[in-house]
Amino acid sequence: MSGRHLLGVADLGTEGIDELLRLADTFVEVGRRPIPRVAALRGKTVVSAFFESSTRTRLSFETAAKRLSADVMTFTSSSSSLNKGESLRDTVLTIEAMGADAFVVRHSCAGVPSQVAGWLGEVGEAVVVNAGDGAHEHPTQALLDCFTITRERRARFASAATRPRALEGLHIAIVGDIRHSRVARSDVLAFNALGAEVTLVAPPTLLPPSLEGWPVALSHDLEAVLPKCDVAYLLRLQNERMTEQFVPSLHEYTATYGLTASRARLLGPETLVMHPGPVRRGIEIAAEVADSPRSVITTQVANGVAVRMAVLYHLLGSGAPVGA
Amino acid sequence: MLDQTGARRADVLVKGDVVSEVALPGELGRPAGALVLDAEGCVVAPGLVDLHCHLREPGGEEAETIETGSRAAALGGYTAVVAMPNTEPAASSAAVVRHVLQLSRGALCEVHPAGTITDGRLGRSLANLAEMAAEGVRIFTDDGNAVADPALMRRAMEYSRSLGAVIADHCEDPALTGDGCMNEGAVSSLLGLPGRPGVAEEVMVLRDLALARATGARLHLLHVSTAGAVAAVRAAKAVGVAVTAEATPHHLALEEDCVAGYDTSYKVNPPLRSHDDRSALLEALAQGVVDAIATDHAPHPPEAKQVSFCEAAPGMLGLETAFGVASTCLGLPIDRVLALMSWQPAAIAGLTGTQGGPVVPGAAANLCVLDPARRWTVVPSALASRSRNTPFAGRQLVGRARHTVLAGEPVVVAEEAQR
Repeated sequence: MSGRHLLGVADLGTEGIDELLRLADTFVEVGRRPIPRVAALRGKTVVSAFFESSTRTRLSFETAAKRLSADVMTFTSSSSSLNKGESLRDTVLTIEAMGADAFVVRHSCAGVPSQVAGWLGEVGEAVVVNAGDGAHEHPTQALLDCFTITRERRARFASAATRPRALEGLHIAIVGDIRHSRVARSDVLAFNALGAEVTLVAPPTLLPPSLEGWPVALSHDLEAVLPKCDVAYLLRLQNERMTEQFVPSLHEYTATYGLTASRARLLGPETLVMHPGPVRRGIEIAAEVADSPRSVITTQVANGVAVRMAVLYHLLGSGAPVGA
Repeated sequence: MLDQTGARRADVLVKGDVVSEVALPGELGRPAGALVLDAEGCVVAPGLVDLHCHLREPGGEEAETIETGSRAAALGGYTAVVAMPNTEPAASSAAVVRHVLQLSRGALCEVHPAGTITDGRLGRSLANLAEMAAEGVRIFTDDGNAVADPALMRRAMEYSRSLGAVIADHCEDPALTGDGCMNEGAVSSLLGLPGRPGVAEEVMVLRDLALARATGARLHLLHVSTAGAVAAVRAAKAVGVAVTAEATPHHLALEEDCVAGYDTSYKVNPPLRSHDDRSALLEALAQGVVDAIATDHAPHPPEAKQVSFCEAAPGMLGLETAFGVASTCLGLPIDRVLALMSWQPAAIAGLTGTQGGPVVPGAAANLCVLDPARRWTVVPSALASRSRNTPFAGRQLVGRARHTVLAGEPVVVAEEAQR
């Protein structure tokens, strides 16, 4: 696919994911140094163009860029470009004109990173990293999820340490609001590319209107799925889903699809619990489960920086396409 | 020459604003000073009639004006268009209708303003329908929106009966479309774009058909796009409901997978649909369940399209490409294409006095000369419309209007607008 950019997991392919995970391994070490900084991207400018507010992801990308010695320009705007009377294309090309080598793009509407890549391609060579677009994709989240599963399983379980591919043959359950989740779309593609089997668990209203072409199994019975899974991946449920009548109430959602303490007892000894954050304790996951040893939620956040360093380094440092 | 009475080889002489003679080839003398339009290899036909276009004036002049829009229409072979009332201000009073009619003097085709059903197009109360009908308005619609309130729609239908008017509805239930911006289904699920389900159209079509049956009103369904909608229209016609339906060139030629690259040129309401929907639409067109091809020509300036797919304005240009798309993509004989694009829409709009009629001596000289074999590539910058938002950019079409004659005046000659 597009190669030069990271717009979606499909741009990477299995080899591309493996390569980035290996690279991220080396950057974890950088983060532990007294001065956690390498000179790899000195002289490069990374723009974090966040058209939708997201402090966590923006800080993670900006930290990654700074640890690679890149200069960082930050653009945040919660208002739509139309409200300001300027087209999105004009906004992007204006920032580009100041000199930018990479655009990290977050937008509430699907497809904006690919539109931005198209506009930038008309005038120069800047690359685009999708930092989350609507309910489409969030490829660096999927990478850090794969990275976290790989490292945590190798560190914890002797059986995993010898496997060449840590996700091969794993059963991963993704639970909750799949419909509105860019994380779920990217995770399904990445987990599948690395050989895992994915089961989506959600009420019909929180599933995409069609699962045609999705490499997944489907269940509406969380308790039947939990004993069989190696990873239970919970998604955030937003309050809007109640007002929009996707589920009747938070209470009923937690009762049917929440990872409560009693449901957590159904999990096997080696099962990891994950969540892309921010966590709503007591809604999709009980506080004691989120804080239990099997939970790797804060590790996901920590790994995010190393994975994003790998992505930026790969797109800007070597000039080689990630998936090639 | 081809009109609703059939096809024949003939020469046509126009004098003033009427057809003065129709004769076998070579039999007409050539009056001194006459302009001869070469129609070799072409079809001479009554001018095309568009039931549905947005000329944007007043209020949206950065997108289109009546002058640029009517020039685009003439270049597409149209001699009459119905201008949608969602202008700023909306055409929901006699004053605005008169203003549009005044602006249309000197246009390159007849412009027939439609009026809104509800006051200000707000969906709350009836507009002054009789007052607009007195200015010649024949089609009432809140196009862009459905009339969501069923009680209000019922009253509009009842009231319209005494006006000889047509109630036309944009059938998508707003509660079901929500913030959707493409067809809901497999493609929207993968792209992560919010969907507009086909059932939103079907529900509203079924409601309108039931109300039309109950009230005896004359109902026209704008841009039907789903298999469910055409099935409902077929069933309603079978039991005698006074309903007609139109389909657009883009719904007949394009499918939802066009959106895969997030190109906002493909954003339109109702959205481009599934393959099954398009197949059902083509079948309905061939069977006469759909009565007209209408463009829904909807110009937007670049800044309204160069934004995210969710924020982009919905709508596509259509007037200059409609005949080419119809003759390239539908697989219908040209007499059927002309029925769908000329005399049937003329009848729906109540324009048969001057539009779409047989080409006979004494008939109004509103004619087009169509070259069904002409190959051409759609180049947005070469379009006469003020806007560039065509979904057919770069596509090769077969079929194009060569000349257009409006009330005896050759407004387009050899694919060039004359003013």
